[in-house]
Amino acid sequence: MSGETHETHGAVHRHEPPTSFIRKYIFSLDHKVIGIQYIILALTAVLVGMTMSVLMRMNLSWPGTNWPILGTLFPGGAPGGMMTPEFYLSLVTMHGTIMVFFVLTTAPQGGFGNYFLPIQIGAEDMAFPVLNMLSFWVTLVGFIVILAAIFFSGAESTIGPIGGWTGYAPLSALGQIAGPGQGMGLNLWIISIAIFCVGSLLGALNFITTLLNMRAPGMSLMRMPLTCWAWFTTAVLALLSFPVLLGGGVLLLLDRTAGTSFFIPGGLYVSGVLSGTSPNFPIHTGGSPILWQHLFWFFGHPEVYIAILPGMGATSHILSTFARKPVFGYRAMVFAIFAIGLLGFFVWGHHMFISGMSPYSAMTFSILTLSIGVPSAVKTFNWLGTLWGARIRFATPMLFAIGFVSLFVAGGITGLVLGQSSLDLPMHDTYFVTAHFHLVMGVASIFGMFAATYFWFPKMFGRMMNERMGQIHFWVTFIGVYCIFVPMHTMGIVGMPRRFAQFTEYEFLAKLHPLVVFVSIAAILTVIAQIIFYFNLIWSLFKGKKAGANPWEATTLEWITDSPPPHDNFAGVIPTVYRGSYEFAVPGAPNDYLMQTEPDPGEEGVRVTEGAGNGHNGHRH
Amino acid sequence: MATTVTGTKPLIKTSFGGGAGRRGPNGNGLPKRNGDHAASRLQSSANRYRIGMWVALASILMMFTALTSAYIVRAGSSSDWQTLAMPRVLWLSTALILISSGTLEFGRRNLKAAYLNSHKTWLMAAMAIGFAFLASQLFAWRQLAQQGIYVSSNPHSSFFYLLTATHGVHLVGGLLALLFMFLRARPAEANALAVAKRQAAVDAVTIYWHFLAILWIYLFVLLFFWHS
Amino acid sequence: MGRALAVIIWILTLGSVSLFFVKKWWFPVAISEHAPALDRQFLLTIIVVGLAFTAAQIGLGWMVWKYRDRGQTERATYTHGSNRLEVVWTIVTAVIFIGLAVMGQSVWASLRFSEAPAGAFQVEVVAQQFQWNFHYAGKDGVFGRTHPTLIDDSALNFVGLDEADPSAKDDAVHSVIAIPAGRPVELTLRSKDVIHNFWVPQLRFKQDLVPGMAIRVHFTANTPGKYELACAELCGQLHFKMRSFMLVLPPEEHAALMLLPQDQFQTRVTELLAQYKLPVSNY
Repeated sequence: MSGETHETHGAVHRHEPPTSFIRKYIFSLDHKVIGIQYIILALTAVLVGMTMSVLMRMNLSWPGTNWPILGTLFPGGAPGGMMTPEFYLSLVTMHGTIMVFFVLTTAPQGGFGNYFLPIQIGAEDMAFPVLNMLSFWVTLVGFIVILAAIFFSGAESTIGPIGGWTGYAPLSALGQIAGPGQGMGLNLWIISIAIFCVGSLLGALNFITTLLNMRAPGMSLMRMPLTCWAWFTTAVLALLSFPVLLGGGVLLLLDRTAGTSFFIPGGLYVSGVLSGTSPNFPIHTGGSPILWQHLFWFFGHPEVYIAILPGMGATSHILSTFARKPVFGYRAMVFAIFAIGLLGFFVWGHHMFISGMSPYSAMTFSILTLSIGVPSAVKTFNWLGTLWGARIRFATPMLFAIGFVSLFVAGGITGLVLGQSSLDLPMHDTYFVTAHFHLVMGVASIFGMFAATYFWFPKMFGRMMNERMGQIHFWVTFIGVYCIFVPMHTMGIVGMPRRFAQFTEYEFLAKLHPLVVFVSIAAILTVIAQIIFYFNLIWSLFKGKKAGANPWEATTLEWITDSPPPHDNFAGVIPTVYRGSYEFAVPGAPNDYLMQTEPDPGEEGVRVTEGAGNGHNGHRH
Repeated sequence: MATTVTGTKPLIKTSFGGGAGRRGPNGNGLPKRNGDHAASRLQSSANRYRIGMWVALASILMMFTALTSAYIVRAGSSSDWQTLAMPRVLWLSTALILISSGTLEFGRRNLKAAYLNSHKTWLMAAMAIGFAFLASQLFAWRQLAQQGIYVSSNPHSSFFYLLTATHGVHLVGGLLALLFMFLRARPAEANALAVAKRQAAVDAVTIYWHFLAILWIYLFVLLFFWHS
Repeated sequence: MGRALAVIIWILTLGSVSLFFVKKWWFPVAISEHAPALDRQFLLTIIVVGLAFTAAQIGLGWMVWKYRDRGQTERATYTHGSNRLEVVWTIVTAVIFIGLAVMGQSVWASLRFSEAPAGAFQVEVVAQQFQWNFHYAGKDGVFGRTHPTLIDDSALNFVGLDEADPSAKDDAVHSVIAIPAGRPVELTLRSKDVIHNFWVPQLRFKQDLVPGMAIRVHFTANTPGKYELACAELCGQLHFKMRSFMLVLPPEEHAALMLLPQDQFQTRVTELLAQYKLPVSNY
């Protein structure tokens, strides 16, 4: 932090990095270390989430098969190695929760945002480093609690909570009486999400303040990289939506533990017991199950954009850099990000068309929902515009960024189907929905993060990632996810409901079996391909080619400083910014890229003396 | 957006502004000359406390908005709603939190005028009255509990306990912040940055405290004077 | 690399689109009155979606192919965009998207904005963890009184029917829903415990059953037959087994069934279940 020493004119003040191991790598206040911690958390969480998805696919495709190892690991969930339906449902719940919260919210925002937002706006650190550190540790506690939920759910078994990631009341509110997976594990599930909310709020507060307050001289809002706009909007969404989930979570927890009736109506008869006639089932009156859905989706829909916006930002950034061309329609991109963020707060009802909500509100939500497709389409057009007339360099980050565009279109466009209240009648809660949101908020977001990882790895660790492994990773994953998720749409058209432990009970679904097996095989191959990614990360950390300060010939501020950047990012010099973020292929300029810190000719004499030029003269070690 | 540039123009006349036309350095710090640089950095460094506080208030406000909408929906969704008789002591709570808010405002102005001792006194007073508010709220809880009204008794009591508890938790946070300010209020801060930051921190805590006072009055009205 | 990527994108696009057009996996036959309009709206939407998807992917592939770096000396085109293009594609997409949304409302409005027509056949639906209960008014057309305190699963009184109520005498409760063909049906949906969802793919119809609420919905089924009925909202451990059948019967056959006293009703439904076959998959 720009802290304790008073700055004198022209003097370069440095903050000495902490020397002890614990302050440097564990309880670090450095936003770069915290960013990496977030990324490691997400890389761990995604392994858990992916393993769960493989288990689910195995159960769906080859029901009744014995997997002895599962019997050993989960004697309750898979006795004798055969998965029980409740084990499957708990996998559904945990996979969703872990992926949405601890991967899709953690890596793009907490990870890359934390690392690169301050550097890209020319700040030395976040506005509140202590809060930043707390936000990571709080999030980590949330992750530990959710893992604990698997093991503390029932007395006899290792089955996690059951409720899907949406935890619809009253199933989630009734407690043990409602069946397996409704006990202590579900309490922990709620507590974990509440803790996660607090961590995210601390992070969002920090992001917004940093961006508003700590931009370097010359870094006007419209000169910021689109990544910063995306992280900023994401932070605003998180700031306004997580408190709602937190509030709802508290109400749900009270219903479960204190006997209140916020979401539990009167006169329920569960597992042979009437409400109020047994100590296991206290009396409840008058609660509204739909209230939970409103609170949940008021958060839940913006959450979708929290997951995807940073990916959009990274994609714009990387497309422009490797197309060697300015972003097409920068201003339109900024407005589109804002429009998506704003509209994102007014469309939550499209998750509830058939919930018993008023049909007139459903109509309103339907029309608003399809309007949100407009800024999304504008972004796609501008990405294509950025590629038009380009000189594309195909490094791995660019492959993933192009993959992002392709997958964003593939996943997003079926929103036109699901957003219509009438078409929701056959489509609601089928695999069509599963396919839609996995492609767009899951896979596309992850592609954005893969692109970001390959792109920024040299900056973060001073070494390039291996290009060959990166490309194999890309090809398998890109083809793999199409093979997984496109057939799921047709399963949904046939009518296959989500969250079925087995679909073979139904005759109209039986013919889907070959398709289900195909998807499972594609999924398993795609998951295996991720091993290449993990291996590449670790291998490149030690054996990767040394990277210079600016290996991709990019223009933004992170590339003027060392790789990895020093403790205070710019070695005590605050850069001055003279131009927009994406000045590639400028006619007449000496190179095909102009750094943001490069002054216009004629201004050089005045400005460069501030020692804030392109950074190479600013380093003092 | 700038229009498409075709052909090549001499470098001297071309402006490279990123789509928005050329501009001078106009970011946050506005360093026209080296001399202003330090002062503006000092200002921005202190400002972040105030900005951060407003951002945090937006978030807290959102949570109470969510709880309010739950309150209104729940009150309208069923006939099991029984309005509580208001514990009289809540009038005292209301008076206390308003007085505390005023007291802290005096404390903040005294710091601005560099009267450190009276600043500390007012801070102390605000804290004490804040504690009294919490005690008064706890007393209201006890009164209700003695009548046999608990959190699960009926929806209105659930919301009463929930909203007062949530407000109380935020107030405890405010008390801790006040305590921190009090302990840090040492004289002879030669460093201009540290002085500005302390003032900004006290400003931020004061904004928070006023917010909690207004929030309490809002909750008080919602709980006992609003009828669906 | 650019060309390989372009080709892969095109192949994936072709594969994806063809999966929808071979129609091997498609909607089951439609049996309800609103289904043809709904299917038309779906087809229209999926065509728009398919065209937009194909155009975007072909465009992306083409950009990647054409503008790959071939080591040329000249730089990329220096442009920051075009306001005119932004305005054009914003307006065009807005018109198409919002147009689709507005068109989609007609089916919705026909089902949801109006009460059930007079003379609709009434069924009270009470869902519970993992079973469907359909309560029929019987001969007198009046539903017997029900109350949660009277529910007793062990005595097979699943809906809490008050046996003392005279209008309850001829009521029947069964796990299968039998409705007349060609006549509007009104369901009153309730749940005893958690949220369930009434889902018959052939009906193109889905509705949550929310505890604490009595949701009234209506539709008309036209084609007699036996159809599978599923729960489509996660309701607990055996959610996937919450399966039953919907019998759509010719009006006379249905009327005869409804006149039967309780015990014969059960046997007759069992007979009908055996008599009707599930639709063969005809895609």
